[in-house]
Amino acid sequence: MQVRLSDLKLGETAVIEEVALPESERQLLMRFGFQDGAEVRCSRRAPLGDPIVYSLDGSEIALRVETACQILGARVESRPITDYSE
Amino acid sequence: MNQLLQTMADSTSQSQQQVRTVALIGPPNSGKTTLFNRLTKLRQKVGNYPGITVEQHTGVMALSGREITIIDLPGVYSLNPHSEDERVAVSVLNGSMDGVPRPEAILLVLDATNLTRHLTLAAPVIALGLPTLALLNMGDLLAGRGGSIDTVKLAGELGVPVAIVSATEGTGLDAVGRFLQQANEPVQMTLPVVQDVRECRRWAAHIARESAYRAPLPPAWTRRIDDVFLHKVWGPLVFVIVVGAVFQTVFGLGQPLSNALQNLLAEMGQKVAPFIANDFLRSLLLDGIWKGVSSVLVFLPQILVLFLFIGLLEDSGYLARAALIADRTMHSVGLNGKAFIPLLSAYACAVPAIMASRTIENKRDRLATILIAPFMTCSARLPIYTLLIAAFIPERPVVGVLLGTRALAMLLLYVLGFAAAIGTAKVLKSSVLKSTSAPFVLELPEYRWPTLRSIGLRLTDRGSVFLQQAGTVILCISLFVWGLTNLPLHQGQPPELEKSVVARLGHFIEPVIRPLGFNWKIGVGLLTSVVAREVMVGTLGTLYGRDPETRSMSLQAALQHDLTFSGAMALLVFFAFAMQCTSTLAVVRRETNSWKWPVIQFIYMTGIAFLGAFLVNHALSALN
Repeated sequence: MQVRLSDLKLGETAVIEEVALPESERQLLMRFGFQDGAEVRCSRRAPLGDPIVYSLDGSEIALRVETACQILGARVESRPITDYSE
Repeated sequence: MNQLLQTMADSTSQSQQQVRTVALIGPPNSGKTTLFNRLTKLRQKVGNYPGITVEQHTGVMALSGREITIIDLPGVYSLNPHSEDERVAVSVLNGSMDGVPRPEAILLVLDATNLTRHLTLAAPVIALGLPTLALLNMGDLLAGRGGSIDTVKLAGELGVPVAIVSATEGTGLDAVGRFLQQANEPVQMTLPVVQDVRECRRWAAHIARESAYRAPLPPAWTRRIDDVFLHKVWGPLVFVIVVGAVFQTVFGLGQPLSNALQNLLAEMGQKVAPFIANDFLRSLLLDGIWKGVSSVLVFLPQILVLFLFIGLLEDSGYLARAALIADRTMHSVGLNGKAFIPLLSAYACAVPAIMASRTIENKRDRLATILIAPFMTCSARLPIYTLLIAAFIPERPVVGVLLGTRALAMLLLYVLGFAAAIGTAKVLKSSVLKSTSAPFVLELPEYRWPTLRSIGLRLTDRGSVFLQQAGTVILCISLFVWGLTNLPLHQGQPPELEKSVVARLGHFIEPVIRPLGFNWKIGVGLLTSVVAREVMVGTLGTLYGRDPETRSMSLQAALQHDLTFSGAMALLVFFAFAMQCTSTLAVVRRETNSWKWPVIQFIYMTGIAFLGAFLVNHALSALN
């Protein structure tokens, strides 16, 4: 079932399937690891709910809801976040 | 494995050129700057790349009698010329940047704890074909948190030598020296199409896997600290306390320090005065040059205090959390969370605030922050606010003993400045500085102890940049205004203020400021306060002190005698909006690297001030 990254609950993990943003924004997000196939865990929310902090590639990166809702993925069973195998 | 691996011992291309210039490149947060400072031992120069707002650091490294120039490039994730930083990096590496020597070798700095991601940059850098050494920085953290990497395999995969280093600990750096002694071109390897970020990442993941990279465990204590600092309730509370402490210290410590320094400098001038016989020369030296120098120096305490805090916040990792907490609110006015600290600091003084805006990576957001910061009610506005409020607003309780009319007036002036800043931000962000193509992406680094060394470096860096580059402009303008107030010479003596060029200018602009309810004396005050707002009070003191009609009165009484109520209120509003601060203009020029923005800012703010004062004067006159 496809899910927006912004709809992930705390602790949930998704594998990114589509970054529905213009090319330049996609390139920027890609540098931080947000790209097809990447495993992203929703690890925290800012106190006011926005932005949302995601764990991927061993880093913690915050995105605004307006950006995260454009990234679609498939929910997966949460694996340990240190697992880097594809 | 703390040694340089010469993977190409058998390489045929033993082009043993003497390396004279080497470029340091790496993603943001890879510890590049710390490494740069280590290698150059602080023998560095800070400048701007010609025509661009990206700062240029070059330093010199001594290597067995030779001097090697190290160019510190801006932190980049790729070499696709998307951002200004990347364009700079590409043109420096190609040797097409004016005034920057073409590098003959590259030190590629990658964070060993984030290697999979950071390796993405390795492909385009190695593809340049220059002798390259890959430095896996933060090697101590990698090992300490249970990560590992096979550097021999990695060197084999990359085709360039690899060394594990720790810039903070200073370990493994001898590899750099050995590399520079004998720099070899990279071995031909199959590299991905370097323009394709996706391809590069896939390649990076492959390389990381092949070289048995095991990422370190995420630091558990960072997450435990964040459980508190980003907690729904405790997070904002800690935020308010930290922010309050910063504001209180900049205001409560920086300001008195600045005042004390100002008094000290003035006293020193007084001490020297009797030894200069010639009146004109004394005036030139003391009122012109020395006052100019003082007006530059008085900013130093505030700049240093603010940057001490910013250094602590940024190096410890809290600044990113503060930005995260503030972002929701800042977003509603079209700015991002990183603008919060600079804007708050602007309540003390816009000069250090504008310098602090460089923590905002998004260029447009940074420019918007720079442009609105001077609207915040800085401490230099307080003397004229206090004077006019005391003279024209009778003290009456508004909310019992809690709030009187005078405090309310002061509060309204703060709100006015804030509203102007927010309004301007909204206008800017929805028009010329609209930034749709750069989403807000904020990396939360792990918490680290700030080091004395890095904080000290930051302070000397900011301090010297301000003194050298903004200081000279401030000094020149101070001297210019001194010239206007001390010319024309009358029998070799400077004229009385009323007969000086500036007074003539005051009379000249009187028709323009008359609709605001100001007379020529206020006009002269406004002209001299272009140097700094607080100068206004001194100028008015001199003018009213010379006028026989007001000579015996206090400045307050003199103003009451000379100004209408509506004129006085208009003057307050004028001060709330107007850009009367040479130092701010000089810093804006320095930070944007052009006169375009300070000029636009000056015209815009003065225009708003004029309009606001005009409306207030006429509205209040009509009411009476």
